[in-house]
Amino acid sequence: MSPAVRRGVALTALAGLAAALLVACLGLPDFGHPRGPYATAVIPLALDARHVTSVVAAVTFDIRGIDTLGEELILFSAAVGATVLLRSQRGEDDTRAAVERQRALAERTPAPVRRVGAALAGPVLVLGVYVVAHGQLTPGGGFQGGVVLASAFLLVYAAGHVVRLQRVRPVALVEAGEALGAGAYALVAVGGLVFAGAALENFLPYGTTGQLLSGGTIPVLNVAVGVEVCGAVALILSELLDQALLRHGAP
Amino acid sequence: MNPLLLVTLALVALTGTATVFVRDPARQLVTAGVFGLALAIMFFAFGAPDVALSQIVVSTVAVPVMALLTLARLHRDDREGE
Repeated sequence: MSPAVRRGVALTALAGLAAALLVACLGLPDFGHPRGPYATAVIPLALDARHVTSVVAAVTFDIRGIDTLGEELILFSAAVGATVLLRSQRGEDDTRAAVERQRALAERTPAPVRRVGAALAGPVLVLGVYVVAHGQLTPGGGFQGGVVLASAFLLVYAAGHVVRLQRVRPVALVEAGEALGAGAYALVAVGGLVFAGAALENFLPYGTTGQLLSGGTIPVLNVAVGVEVCGAVALILSELLDQALLRHGAP
Repeated sequence: MNPLLLVTLALVALTGTATVFVRDPARQLVTAGVFGLALAIMFFAFGAPDVALSQIVVSTVAVPVMALLTLARLHRDDREGE
């Protein structure tokens, strides 16, 4: 096919796709007026039956809590898979070489980058804890807060305090955190089965709606997800970091 | 429709197109970050702060750092292969 014919075919196909998309968009319900009954039904359910003010948290951790368990296990296995793949390419000596290289490179980190990293690490850590702890009250929760927590470790790395990083980010601790988070979620699911008769059914006191400790199992699940996500992201990033620092082919 | 929503939608279209047209991967990461921010603002304007937060953490922390580290690794392989 000549380039002109190819362009013609592509443009015709794109025009057809654009027309179909336009027709589909014109048939959408008006913004803020969903057709199904569930969107409006879920709000009183979250407030009165589940005692949480963040409706999204009630949906993700109760109404479709088993889905979230599956998602969490997907992230867990993805992190484990990536780690196994990356680690099979290197030995223990390589890891030591990577740490040496990291130390040498840290000396050359520009001072402003170090200062910004050092200044932001603390506030970002607090923000991450806040987002995880208030998951049942305000937008955010375990997933978002977990990634924010992992980014605090990244900032410590950017600050170039390598020695401290080795203390903050020992890989064993990160691995344990990831496994602990995933296990804690499954345990809460089993707890519902044992104490309330159905998996992920609430078995803790609800407390006062709007308080930090309210919503029964939802804050517990939020913390579990936060620890798991933080561990998974930190683990993937530290493995990729070792890969980037490794000298392949060096003796 | 609220004009604010239209502006955010236009921003998403603009930054998304820009991301496609930037060819250098390292520069593309920066444009993709701006695209992610535009998406987050759009989600926020449409009343979905939860999705906006997820968008921010994924498009400004997780994806760029992982992609940068991968690029660093690939560049090193290139240099050593020469």
